[in-house]
Amino acid sequence: MRSATPWSDVLSFLLEATGETLYMVGVSTVIATALGIPVGVWLQLTAKGGLRPNVAVHRVLSFITDLGRSMPFIVLLVALTSVTRLIVGGSIGSTAVIVPLAVGAIPFVGRLVQNILSEVHVTVVEAAITTGASTLRIVRSVLIRESLPALINAIGVTVIALIGYSAMAGVIGGGGLGDLAIREGYQRFNDRILWSTVAWLAVLTTVIQLGFTRAARASDRRRHASV
Amino acid sequence: MITVENLTKSFQGVNALNGVTLDVEAGTVLGVVGPSGAGKSTLARCVALLERPDSGAIRVDGTDITSLDGSALRAARRQIGVVPQGDSLLRQRTAAGNIALPLESAGVPGPQRRTRVGELLDLVGLTDKAGAYPDQLSGGQRQRIAVARALAANPSVLLADEPTSALDPETTGSVLTVLDRARAELGVTVLVVTHDMGVVRKICDDVAVLEQGRVVEHGKVLDLVNDAASRTSSALLPAVDLNPINESSYDRVADVVLVGFAAVGALLPEAAHRFGVELNIVGGGLTRLGETPVARFRLGLNGERSDSALEWIGEAGGAVQRSLKGPQGVAA
Repeated sequence: MRSATPWSDVLSFLLEATGETLYMVGVSTVIATALGIPVGVWLQLTAKGGLRPNVAVHRVLSFITDLGRSMPFIVLLVALTSVTRLIVGGSIGSTAVIVPLAVGAIPFVGRLVQNILSEVHVTVVEAAITTGASTLRIVRSVLIRESLPALINAIGVTVIALIGYSAMAGVIGGGGLGDLAIREGYQRFNDRILWSTVAWLAVLTTVIQLGFTRAARASDRRRHASV
Repeated sequence: MITVENLTKSFQGVNALNGVTLDVEAGTVLGVVGPSGAGKSTLARCVALLERPDSGAIRVDGTDITSLDGSALRAARRQIGVVPQGDSLLRQRTAAGNIALPLESAGVPGPQRRTRVGELLDLVGLTDKAGAYPDQLSGGQRQRIAVARALAANPSVLLADEPTSALDPETTGSVLTVLDRARAELGVTVLVVTHDMGVVRKICDDVAVLEQGRVVEHGKVLDLVNDAASRTSSALLPAVDLNPINESSYDRVADVVLVGFAAVGALLPEAAHRFGVELNIVGGGLTRLGETPVARFRLGLNGERSDSALEWIGEAGGAVQRSLKGPQGVAA
């Protein structure tokens, strides 16, 4: 009977894996947000009743977005190998995981963003139109600024979803907390590592979620009692 | 200043506007009224350049603005300040920030923008609310900020679409005061679309009645009230038949409309005195159109010279309608 892994080792395992997870998720969130918001804006602009309605463009864009969202992440992870190699120069490791993570999250963010932007009331948008504002200004100052709290929440949701996806990173040697739990914990019957990782993941996601909720609330000017 | 010519617009085969023609003189307030479904909103949306008419023209200072595109369209939109129907403020911006929006669109630099915003806050009487967010303002205050925003880029025309429909009577007054002030202090031409005749009574110089996409009545409010057959007069003037009277107790019964302080105050007593008749007000009442007192009375007259008295009232400026009890053989 093997003795349990010392707590100090568990801690260093967790520390390293947390670093990998935050690196993969952080970078891919930034990329997915930077590219997903324009996709969402474009979806909303071309939608029926949008600022630049265009049925054909909207349908094509919607189709691609939904296709991307319906792709299981594990499939994307292996399917994009050659693309990943082209972009980051290799197909294994944490950096290599960023490519499929970002690609998978762009349509996810795009759809979330479109739904959020469509909630901005039509009278508010039309009022901005009557001021002679350009489409770009309306997107920036009205659609995005008015939905900022919801958009911040959506990014939070994306981060949590990406932490989930990144658990599969082990398949291509990406490491991270999910990989730690599966490889070191589950497959080697190391309960201490498995349950420590599970507990730590719970804490981590809760803290991240809380942070985004706070940030969203701080950016919201509605229903503030005092100014 | 703003002319609407033969405007038509249909939605899926239903004609919302059937050739609407209107004319608003510079510096005046025109009220467009009519029942629901008459085409008021469509007209407002066309003038706000949110909807393109099927045919016809909308001219501001002689230039047709219905067929513009791109930056010319945006420039034309700045010529027309719009107070939209319903809540239209950015909830994530302060009152001052909302007023600044058209100035940002027009590329006005920061310092000038702040000065202008200050002037407008002053105009609508909300200087102390500059930093407040829309959720911290009352409905009437939000609407006044919307008026200030519409006026920010110095438009020559102000269009208000049902500016008081969501407000209680008291708050309505404050919003109308602001609209009236915009005309008086900035000389802006105002077009107000409303279902509320109270708006016409309080601030409109002219009125246009819309029915089934057509203008069925258009003119100066004070002229139209003198025409007993007009929709405007029946809608604006006090009702005369609230108290049924015993008509047989009078030689003559007539309805008379009096416009202006002098007419309302002095005409009837003088007529009674001059012709030695007994003249009683048996119905109707007094109201105010803008600053002008206007009365519609039902008169009961007794005396030989009743007809002459009525005739004299007519000549002196009152509009007399003697439909209730025609001349009788004896008196004639």
